[in-house]
Amino acid sequence: MTELLTAIFVTPFVDIVSGPIFFGEVVIGGLMAGVMYSMVALGFVLIFKASGVFNFAQGVMVLFAALTLVGLMERGLPLWLSLILATGVMILLAFAIERAVLRPLVNQDPFTLLMATIGLTFFLEGVGELVWGSNVKKLDIGIPEDSFEVAGMLVNQFELIAALVAAVLVAALALLSQKTTIGRALRAVADDHQAATAVGIPLQTIWVTVWSVAGIVALVAGIMWGAKSGVQFSLSLIALKALPVLILGGLTSIPGAIVGGLIIGVGEKVAEVYWGPAIGGAIENWFAYVLAMVFLLFRPHGLFGEEIIERV
Amino acid sequence: MLYRETGQFKTSYRHDQAIFPIAQDRWSIGAILVIAYLVVPVIANEYWLQAILIPFLIFALAALGLNLLTGYAGQLSLGTGGFMAVGAYAAYKMTTAFPDVPILLVLLLSGVFAAAVGIIFGLPSLRIKGLYLAVATLAAQFFLIWLFNRVAWFYNYNPSGTITAPPRTFLGIMITGPEATATVRYLVALSFLILFALVAKNLVRSAIGRTWMAIRDMDVAAEIIGIHPLTTKLLAFATSSFYCGVAGALLLFLYLGSVETLAFDIAVSFEVLFMVIIGGMGSIMGSIIGAAFITFMPIFLTNAPHLIGVDLPVDLAKELEAIIFGGLIIVFLIVEPHGLARLWQIGKEKLRRWPFPY
Amino acid sequence: MDPQEPILQAEDIDLAFGAVQALTGVSIEVYRGEILAIIGPNGAGKTSLLNVINGVYRPQSGRVVFLGQERRRNIRPYEVARQGIARTFQNVALFKGMTTLDNIMTGRNLHIRSGFISQAIYWGRALREEEAQRTRVERVIDFLEIEPIRKTPVGQLPYGLQKRVELGRALAAEPQLLLLDEPMAGMNVEEKEDMSRFILDIQDEFGITCVLIEHDMGVVMDISDRVVVLDYGLKIAEGTPDRVRTNQDVIDAYLGVAHD
Repeated sequence: MTELLTAIFVTPFVDIVSGPIFFGEVVIGGLMAGVMYSMVALGFVLIFKASGVFNFAQGVMVLFAALTLVGLMERGLPLWLSLILATGVMILLAFAIERAVLRPLVNQDPFTLLMATIGLTFFLEGVGELVWGSNVKKLDIGIPEDSFEVAGMLVNQFELIAALVAAVLVAALALLSQKTTIGRALRAVADDHQAATAVGIPLQTIWVTVWSVAGIVALVAGIMWGAKSGVQFSLSLIALKALPVLILGGLTSIPGAIVGGLIIGVGEKVAEVYWGPAIGGAIENWFAYVLAMVFLLFRPHGLFGEEIIERV
Repeated sequence: MLYRETGQFKTSYRHDQAIFPIAQDRWSIGAILVIAYLVVPVIANEYWLQAILIPFLIFALAALGLNLLTGYAGQLSLGTGGFMAVGAYAAYKMTTAFPDVPILLVLLLSGVFAAAVGIIFGLPSLRIKGLYLAVATLAAQFFLIWLFNRVAWFYNYNPSGTITAPPRTFLGIMITGPEATATVRYLVALSFLILFALVAKNLVRSAIGRTWMAIRDMDVAAEIIGIHPLTTKLLAFATSSFYCGVAGALLLFLYLGSVETLAFDIAVSFEVLFMVIIGGMGSIMGSIIGAAFITFMPIFLTNAPHLIGVDLPVDLAKELEAIIFGGLIIVFLIVEPHGLARLWQIGKEKLRRWPFPY
Repeated sequence: MDPQEPILQAEDIDLAFGAVQALTGVSIEVYRGEILAIIGPNGAGKTSLLNVINGVYRPQSGRVVFLGQERRRNIRPYEVARQGIARTFQNVALFKGMTTLDNIMTGRNLHIRSGFISQAIYWGRALREEEAQRTRVERVIDFLEIEPIRKTPVGQLPYGLQKRVELGRALAAEPQLLLLDEPMAGMNVEEKEDMSRFILDIQDEFGITCVLIEHDMGVVMDISDRVVVLDYGLKIAEGTPDRVRTNQDVIDAYLGVAHD
């Protein structure tokens, strides 16, 4: 018993302090993983902000986008063409989803829409597998994988590039949202659907736009994940992992998705490396969720989320 | 004209609140019970019993449990698999530690353990609602599965990590273990389902059911009229987990015989959720119909092409299954968000008027 | 009506939401058996006052005394309900997934004694209690003349009937004090007459004290015993309907003058 207690409350901290370089590497590794999570979470936030729908299918969209890209490349198309075509496919998908799922369910409660996106998840998984096959695929887009040293710590070039890509993505989205008319319209729709239609904002165009952007974000995330660990079906499970990220960051905040992702990424890695051995390993399976749950008890709306005041 | 209610007057509140107030319904249910208990065991073959009917009954029980929590009390839960696992492992530990305790009692007690775990993971529901609560239930799901994988005590240090239901008898008949016949196991599962469905129906037409639905529909107003939100929600979690726990124990003892945690993973949680959605949220009958639908659908999909002479490879069948499921869920949500149960009700309405159009 | 016996006293209530001061130093007394109307322009704090009485909002300062007992600062709404205060809402707060009958039955929740196991078995004690509650609820349904819509899901009812069902749910709780937030909103003349008749009957037959927020001055004058006027979170007048009607402050703030 005392062994267990020491292992939980003493040894990890001792390890951290006595091996700061290694700790730094673990943290950086966690940050990088967190960046990947953030990219997936971004797609969720976009769609939720603009249509109030929690798109459970975002994870499978990441997979689907990556599958399409790889599938095209496997058939011999050059990278640039595959990228364009894959983007096109995601935009087409957005159209299809708006027409077949969102429009018929336009006045339903959020729960129904959530269920619909769960159904969509299964549907897209099946289609993806059907069209492109179910074996793991390698995605090679020429990103270097070697590591180099920073302040004595080993940093992986690939992960650094992933972080940069995420940063660019967030900056682009923030610009889009704040500076352009479309961005303004999106914010109006997010605030109040009916009011937005009343001032002439075309709801359907907005939805297609948002889902297309989310689809492109999914493509970028898919490329990053796919290049790192191959394009395979566990990718769609990322949707579940994105949930704790969204809890921490709030469902409606783009910076929140980033911060949340980073916190979860670092938290998971550190917990696994330093506390994992003491209680049996594979803590990563549940740590993020428990962390999110504990967090929720103190801040039921996440770090950056909006508090919904219920008026009676 | 067959389904007329004329001449059937409800002369008391008791009659009005009965589960089957219309005589034709009572006859139908009676007939179904007779068929289920007496006819099916005689005419069904081993495959049908083992691979279709028994899992259907067990998952119907789990769907009932989830429906109480999500459909009636409005608390979305993605932890069904985890709660089922608690029941299975609890039953396993109890019967291996105390082999003389009657197995039926063990199966019921396993629900108590699951209920306790359900209460613990339901505590956040006072502060957290909706989707956020679902994430808390996900924590339960992933944590519990990890627990049963990692802590060897739960599977009695068996190197393979699986737990196997030991043979047990009731009134001299072998109920679990390799020698228990499919017929016996089917009848036991059937009895459990009917008993639990009856209790569920009683609960939802009583004050408790109404407080659950009040919390679901508008929890702020519910609190203002005197409903205690935490006890109501915790009661829902406890009851639901009890049902799921017993279902999990039955899954081990009456269906699979041997399980590892994979049998209770997140996919199961989603599967049961689909049964509830497609069958009809907030409907006892709906849980059973939904379970039937989702249990029979894969069988239908694998066999139907055979019947029309087309041979599908297994992979393709699985992919088609996913596509059809996903598509069906969306179609259902668009056409009838209240699920098959509502379609059934509408059908009965039409039947009452038949052969007149209105 | 006994002037010596206020069943509710709210003293010096201050209520603020961030920078918005909803109520300032508001004190009112409600006497047993009376119908007290609270009137005033929109945003005056009328619903906020009701919410304070209900326990939904916690005032920054001031105290509430109900049935002679001072209320705890951190009381929860369901405890307030248990003490005997029931309420209807401006935007009908019915349980849309249930029928009229079930909604009103939830109002009886405080009076249910049988436990979980009893109800699970639905025999003996639980069944008898369910029938007893049903009988009482049917009396309320009779009283409010809503028998035909018993089994209708309330979401399908027209607005006026929904408000009546909500009143039924509040009545079913057998409260000492009934708070009605704009019970006549959105009704036509006939419906208002019906509702007024019900409220007067509630006072007569059941002896329940009523506090209602109302904009229709005709109704206020007709059925209320006393009137309290709020404006910008302050109480600016109080008294019998006639006296309040002729109060200059009230006329300036709210009533206006009829131009011939």
